[in-house]
Amino acid sequence: MSLKAIHILFIIVSTMLCFGFAAWAFWTPSGADQSVSRVNLVMGSCSLVLGLGLLVYGRYFLKKLKDVSYL
Amino acid sequence: MEIPYTVEPRRDTGLYNAKVGIWLFLASEVMLFGALFSSYILLRVGADIGEWPQGLLNVPIGTVNTLVLISSSVTVVLGWAALKQGNFAKYRICQTITLLCACAFVGIKSYEYYDKFTHYQVITKDGKVFDGHLVSKNKDQVVLHGFEIDASKGKAAGVTAAHKASHGGHGKEIEIKTADIQKIGNYGPAHNTYTSIYFTLTGLHALHVIGGALVMGYILFPGAGMWKTEPERYTNRVEVSGLFWHFVDLVWIFLFPVLYLL
Repeated sequence: MSLKAIHILFIIVSTMLCFGFAAWAFWTPSGADQSVSRVNLVMGSCSLVLGLGLLVYGRYFLKKLKDVSYL
Repeated sequence: MEIPYTVEPRRDTGLYNAKVGIWLFLASEVMLFGALFSSYILLRVGADIGEWPQGLLNVPIGTVNTLVLISSSVTVVLGWAALKQGNFAKYRICQTITLLCACAFVGIKSYEYYDKFTHYQVITKDGKVFDGHLVSKNKDQVVLHGFEIDASKGKAAGVTAAHKASHGGHGKEIEIKTADIQKIGNYGPAHNTYTSIYFTLTGLHALHVIGGALVMGYILFPGAGMWKTEPERYTNRVEVSGLFWHFVDLVWIFLFPVLYLL
């Protein structure tokens, strides 16, 4: 397995983490009144954007290294 | 004597030797971290309901560290891709960013450790529990900046609430006379099961980050002469170090949600 293959795996896992973290941040009550805190909303939004960014990057990466072997 | 299969693949494995070597090494690493992850899960599942300490870690700081490591993986691969295209200057820029990310990660982790080592819990002889950062300590009294734990929520929940408030910079100065103290200790590895496994897992991971950064730094600076004499072999070295770096980053991708979020 080459660096290309493990990087694709890494991007997939990281994207899942970003979306999972966004879900955690949006639905976990952390404020004193059991509401979602502003910090969590900011972190969740950033994570969502990063997840989308990683998807775009993944496509770019696959195109850029299409001639490199997966082995 | 020439070392065989540093560039061309062996016929039986289809890979050059260093790649086979790093995958065997990574297999042993998977077993090492796998055993520690299993220990964590078993200890957590075995803990009484409401007793496992959650929320002791600063999630925004952990999130920043995760972003740093994801970025470093991207720059490692872009550097390797640049070498494949014969662009050494671009590789050098990408790999320097990777090393800076590694330093940033270790720096942030050190801050987290410092925060835990200066965060104390004090139990007084009349049963009160105080939690906060140490302001001063002498033979007469201890001064903490923090809170008295609300025992009505349960001990673990009370400690979590105090920690979260502490991360937000809240709290007040509490003076406790030394004669009234029954037990005092920081949130270091000896504090409880959670902190011991937290420090073991993250400390081992941080050592891997430092080791990976040292190897990549060697390849980038003192070892860069090989690029002029054996560019393909040099590119393979970068690939192998990149594989190790990705493993280290993947471990963190699993550590972060397990330790910080769940």
